[in-house]
Amino acid sequence: MKTAAVIAALAVALVLQTTLAGVSLAGSSRVNLVLVAVIYVALAYGPVFGLLAGCAAGLVQDSIAGGMIGIGGLSKTLVGFFVGVLGAQFIVTTPVPRFLMFFGASMFHEVCFQALYALVESRTMRFDVSHAVIQALVNGAVGISAFLLAERGPEMFQRRDSWRRSSSSVRRRY
Amino acid sequence: MAQLILISAQVQSKSGIPVFQEVTFGVFARIQRGTWGAFRSVRDVWTNYVWLRGARAENETLKRQVAELQVQLQEREALAARSRQLQELLSLQTSTTFPTIAAEVIAGNPNPGMLTITIGRGSADGVQADMAVVAPAGVVGRIVGPPAAHAARVQLLIDRNAAAGALIERTRAGGMVVGADRNPPLSMDLVSNLADVKPGDKVIASGVEGIYPKGFAIGHVESSERGSGLYRAITVRPVVDFSSLEEVLVVLVPPRSATPEDPAPAPAATPGTAK
Repeated sequence: MKTAAVIAALAVALVLQTTLAGVSLAGSSRVNLVLVAVIYVALAYGPVFGLLAGCAAGLVQDSIAGGMIGIGGLSKTLVGFFVGVLGAQFIVTTPVPRFLMFFGASMFHEVCFQALYALVESRTMRFDVSHAVIQALVNGAVGISAFLLAERGPEMFQRRDSWRRSSSSVRRRY
Repeated sequence: MAQLILISAQVQSKSGIPVFQEVTFGVFARIQRGTWGAFRSVRDVWTNYVWLRGARAENETLKRQVAELQVQLQEREALAARSRQLQELLSLQTSTTFPTIAAEVIAGNPNPGMLTITIGRGSADGVQADMAVVAPAGVVGRIVGPPAAHAARVQLLIDRNAAAGALIERTRAGGMVVGADRNPPLSMDLVSNLADVKPGDKVIASGVEGIYPKGFAIGHVESSERGSGLYRAITVRPVVDFSSLEEVLVVLVPPRSATPEDPAPAPAATPGTAK
């Protein structure tokens, strides 16, 4: 069940990212939904799931993107593992620590990704700080929103249903 | 460790695409086609029904504009006819019309910042690697990698690993337009400091690399400064609006025969290695 949920989350993130990129190039460059999904999985399910999710999502993302296969895979594997380890060591159950985790992990991923490409292509590393910071901030916002939705969404639906039931019973009485 | 082995294996290979990549792209292109279809349906409902408030007034305005444009069109046609006569008189070659096929943009790149798009035409439609992709305004990019049956990946000209041979239309000064990570997203390299290049000059494809059809618009010079070495520092604003590409045209001419006068086209830039 857990595995199916992780695979579904990664697939949805991948489809959303490519669709967003088809609609708006500028918009898509400001968020990495696949990375958000990997960090989410690592925080929610621990380092092993984070590592496996990062590896799988990165490899598929690389193969679809047309670049060198393995660069994104290795970056996301590292991110998934370290976020999972840090998530198990520290309390990250409130929005601020989670946001910081998403922000830090996104910056770490960007550094890994660019450094690996620079290493493989034997060139100097290109690192656009402002672009990386913007993407990390947006990733953080999307990530904590996903957590809020996953944790409070069912509760809110239950509340709405119970409110509907109570209001309909009041109507029936009158 | 497996990832490192995987990367190393790819670095060593000189040509060919990994089977994993080809299969994943083919399968995902089909999923993406479906997703794009669903997205387009929702968008069409929104734009065709919800957004039609005030369409009547807009229709009237457009009718007036069409009437004005028809008059202008007739004037232009008269001018074009006169120009054709002059061309024939001067024995100028008329520009070749290339066979093209329209393609819809069905997806972008899953890696943010990597400037490629996926189009809904593939090998089944005659699309091959390195074919040029253009829009009515000008050059868009080229097909990279082996296309799937009904999808192909296009490297945009503004990608930092993309390049195209180019000319300044006014002075015929040659150079190479490359993508850049800044605004404007193109720069023109290898243009001599002695060349006459001014802001506003039109930049067109020279076709020397054997991919892009000669004469297609690329952009306009935004700034041109004397460089410290042999070449000028030129920035170019593209004529194509890459942020809102919905439909493109694939030039169905194999890259080597696009410019028959160039028997050995220069190899194009490495496809999509930027993030």
